[in-house]
Amino acid sequence: MATYQLNVNGQRREVNVDPGTPLLWVLREDLKMTGTKFGCGISACGACTVHLAGVATRSCIVPVSHVGDRPIVTIEGIAQDAVGQAVQNAWVEKDVVQCGYCQSGQIMSAVALLKHTTKPSDQNIEESMGGNLCRCGTYPRIREAIKTAAMQLTKGGA
Amino acid sequence: MRRIRASLWLLALIVVAGTLWMRSSAGAEGPDPPTTAQGLAAWEQVYSVLTHPRCINCHTATNYPQQGDDRHRHIANVVRGPEGKGVPGLNCASCHQETNADSTGVPGGHNWHLAPLSMRWQDTNDRALSSAAVCRAVTDRSGNNNLDGPGLLKHHEEEALVRWAWNPGRRPDGSMRTPPPITHEQFVAATRRWVEAGTPCPAAR
Amino acid sequence: MVASIKHAEQRELTRRGFLRVSFAAGSGLLVSLYLRPRGTREGLAQEAPMPQAQAKVFPPDAFVNIRPDGKIVIQVNRLEFGQGVHTGLPLVLADEMDADWASVTAELAPAADVYKDPLFGIQIVGGSGSIAHSFKQYRELGAKTRAMLVAAAADRWKTTADKCRTEASVVHGPSGQSATYAELASEAARKPVPANVRLKSPNEFRLIGKRVKRLDSPAKCNGSLKFGLDLDLPGMKVAVVAHPPVFGARVKSINDDEARSIGGVTNVFEIPLAKGTGVAVVADKFWPAKQARSRLKIEWDLTGVEAADTTELWTRYRQLGRTPGNVAAARGDEKAIEKIAEKDRIVAEYEFPFLAHSPMEPLNTTVRFDVDRAEVWAGSQFQTVDQMAVAEVLGLKPEQVTFHTEMAGGGFGRRAVADSHVQREAATIAKRLRGTPVKLVWTREDDVQGGYYRPMHFHRVEIGVGPDGLPVAWRHVIVGQSITAGTQFESFTIKNGIDSTAVEGAADTHYNVPNFHVSVHHPKVNVPVLWWRSVGHTHTAFVMETLIDELATRARMDPIAYRRKLLKPDAEKLLRTLDLLDKESASWRNRLPRGHALGVSCHESFETGVACAVEVSIENKRPRVHRATVAVDCGLAVNPLSVESQFQAGLSFGLTQLMAKGAITLKDGRVEQRNFDGYVPPYIIDAPVTVDVHIVPSTEAPTGCGEPPVPVISPAVVNALAQLTGKRYRALPLASL
Repeated sequence: MATYQLNVNGQRREVNVDPGTPLLWVLREDLKMTGTKFGCGISACGACTVHLAGVATRSCIVPVSHVGDRPIVTIEGIAQDAVGQAVQNAWVEKDVVQCGYCQSGQIMSAVALLKHTTKPSDQNIEESMGGNLCRCGTYPRIREAIKTAAMQLTKGGA
Repeated sequence: MRRIRASLWLLALIVVAGTLWMRSSAGAEGPDPPTTAQGLAAWEQVYSVLTHPRCINCHTATNYPQQGDDRHRHIANVVRGPEGKGVPGLNCASCHQETNADSTGVPGGHNWHLAPLSMRWQDTNDRALSSAAVCRAVTDRSGNNNLDGPGLLKHHEEEALVRWAWNPGRRPDGSMRTPPPITHEQFVAATRRWVEAGTPCPAAR
Repeated sequence: MVASIKHAEQRELTRRGFLRVSFAAGSGLLVSLYLRPRGTREGLAQEAPMPQAQAKVFPPDAFVNIRPDGKIVIQVNRLEFGQGVHTGLPLVLADEMDADWASVTAELAPAADVYKDPLFGIQIVGGSGSIAHSFKQYRELGAKTRAMLVAAAADRWKTTADKCRTEASVVHGPSGQSATYAELASEAARKPVPANVRLKSPNEFRLIGKRVKRLDSPAKCNGSLKFGLDLDLPGMKVAVVAHPPVFGARVKSINDDEARSIGGVTNVFEIPLAKGTGVAVVADKFWPAKQARSRLKIEWDLTGVEAADTTELWTRYRQLGRTPGNVAAARGDEKAIEKIAEKDRIVAEYEFPFLAHSPMEPLNTTVRFDVDRAEVWAGSQFQTVDQMAVAEVLGLKPEQVTFHTEMAGGGFGRRAVADSHVQREAATIAKRLRGTPVKLVWTREDDVQGGYYRPMHFHRVEIGVGPDGLPVAWRHVIVGQSITAGTQFESFTIKNGIDSTAVEGAADTHYNVPNFHVSVHHPKVNVPVLWWRSVGHTHTAFVMETLIDELATRARMDPIAYRRKLLKPDAEKLLRTLDLLDKESASWRNRLPRGHALGVSCHESFETGVACAVEVSIENKRPRVHRATVAVDCGLAVNPLSVESQFQAGLSFGLTQLMAKGAITLKDGRVEQRNFDGYVPPYIIDAPVTVDVHIVPSTEAPTGCGEPPVPVISPAVVNALAQLTGKRYRALPLASL
């Protein structure tokens, strides 16, 4: 067991856990932030995606001992960000979700994409969202919602 | 106290080893450089490492890296991206941290990335290129980040991702990943002989 | 789990009568639908043959709760796991009630008789019946609630109900009076429940038939929605189970020294499973439990356990497929095929592998056992069955088991299992931990390797083609495990040795073939199998629609025109969808870029007709689906936005079948895939880029939309591939092109 000072959604949180524990389980079980989901545990589905120092990261395979002082942003905190807010709004506007279980991760990946690419092409979307599984198959609406959010952001920024 | 004594021992060892090395290599006119034949033999050792899965999996000719000793395509549609570091949302760093993550079986190292296409050591069907072809690629300064012989030696000796191959961490099932067929010291020594022989490459067939 | 705790705390209510209304101080009007103890049937119950009419002690509190603040809470008698019923049924009720939609929220109802499917008689999500079976039920509930509110208002204003009108949770009187539903709730609760109410005619609908966005969408986009796996109870433990490497194997010996040395691990013990035995590991949290499980050293006893092997099974299935089985359909002359010249015959053999459902949210169930009662939290498609199973394990009566329905991250049939094996495991562990809640988690590895797959199937079809290019003889043998044999459902689904879920979509085809014969073999194999979204149609539609396509190509006919010609005139839904597809795909269908091809299919399942056209090319040796146009006849589309969503996304689910790694295989009894690296469902690159959905306008009763998207897509895509490569694809998963 070891103590870690984490920076989660701008707040300092202390946890005392085994160093090998993946960040996902620290968030879900120690910090009770369950918006980040467990889907596969091998970084193959993207349901556990958070932002670690701005990089969309698969929290299910990153041990908490590797996090250091890098800021963590989760789905619960992404609305604090203009891009995050725009993506969440677009998701609701396009009625994207079905079961919704993968959507935290989808949104976190989409936000990472839009922070780097203001006008994503279909190829950009396919590559950046390429590792996020949606078993319901909401992909066509995910694609639409990303384009909607991009448009709203460009408009807002103009 | 114990630590200081251990350090002294280490220092003594280094001094002795250094002296021995200088004696063995310092003849009247300096050592004879290895012959081309010796250089080529050394190259083959280097080649055996470069084409080992730990190395070649990220020296692909395609837009994706590979994984595992069977060199399968990387899971989850990971792509090369413009700088060999993936794309926003699916970067290499989305999973690979600064060091190996043994509790989850994900390898890591500083600046984890794919080698550029100029440094591809396999064809688009994921078959390793010939020794001659890899040698040409490695020594072509227009595509190797402008490294000369000593530069290549330094790269093999010091680069974090090169060194990672000998400390590849645990697989998700807890077993150790296979390192290349020779040790890092042997790899560096072989590279040195090859460089000293003038980085000769086998004739292309 | 706010909702769950609320239920748990609610006091017991005495129940008599069919529809009961009460006013609970502080919580407003509660409208509840109950069954009379002896099953006097009235109203909605007329359609509902319910064997157990005894009202349970625990909840059902209400279908509708009008709170003093104006908020209207509607109970949903189904699991929500993506299909949209959590919005669909409330909107039906709210429409008839003239409730203000902005103030409506929905909750998933717990297990109770009152929430049983009016048709199936158990609480279930299955057969694409959530809307289809409860449409009328929820309309009547809404209309009755409205009538009582109006009656209360009429009393207050000394007028008659017919002089009042309602809109957005307000009753308006003849002289400009108005009162909100919340204001009227307590008076309305004292009104008698009307036996009969007039339902709206379609032109009066305010919500039904409109594109209504999902109620659960915001909470699913900001991480606040709690799924079953997100449950956290005070003192809760987490359990994982080491399952046998071969189905049905038993633990011979356990060395748990290393496992117990992991911090946070509290218990390690052997438990009985639905088949064989396993080892439960209980810990304070998930990660130590999983770590400890991987450090268990277990010796397994494999004696007497059949080690299924995919290669051997194919050999056996192929041999069986060349002999006739139990006859599922026989029209005309079975031997007609033999009179057809060799050159006019098509002989086709198909292979379909085992498929895992792999919903995104791994399977889980939480149970707390308190000696004389228990509480269960599960994302269950099968509340009645799972509640009984838990009760049985714990030695309780079902009514002593409070069963909360949790939001589920997908299911596709995997959360409706006749033997309730996940709930039984959880209950078995909870029994040992008496008083301590325990959450059982199936990891993704447990899910991929844990059985309950879509069964492997082999089809052999011989077709004789007539001079006009139409089939004159069709002899079809299907080989595959029965899904329902040995379950409590077999008396409904198995007749004359034929499991109807294996032949649906083939034996009852709408194509008109004069000499038509379908027979089936159900081999017994030691691999648990289960319905996988659209069940038998997953394989029968593929066989039928690829063969019909081959016949059309052979006849040099347009694939849509050929299908129209071959369909029976009474296949109205399919004919209508083909017409609509023809019209809606015309703009792109006949001007495809080079290297792109058209693929068509149509199929009716769960009483919904679907026709589909896709534009496909080959990229990286895989099919690339650039576009899909879908035409649907599902009767009245209660929420067209939801219907569209089901079809847009359901196509991707259907494409699971075509994925290069879309198969579960076994060697020496052991499943060869472990996780999403070996069993790979469709990612965004594998899904259609765009899907446009067109709904046949209809006022007929609504039919299912959860499963019907699945069967059409795979045959449509391989039909397009056949145009590109000249090959027919009959073995799935689809190998590199």
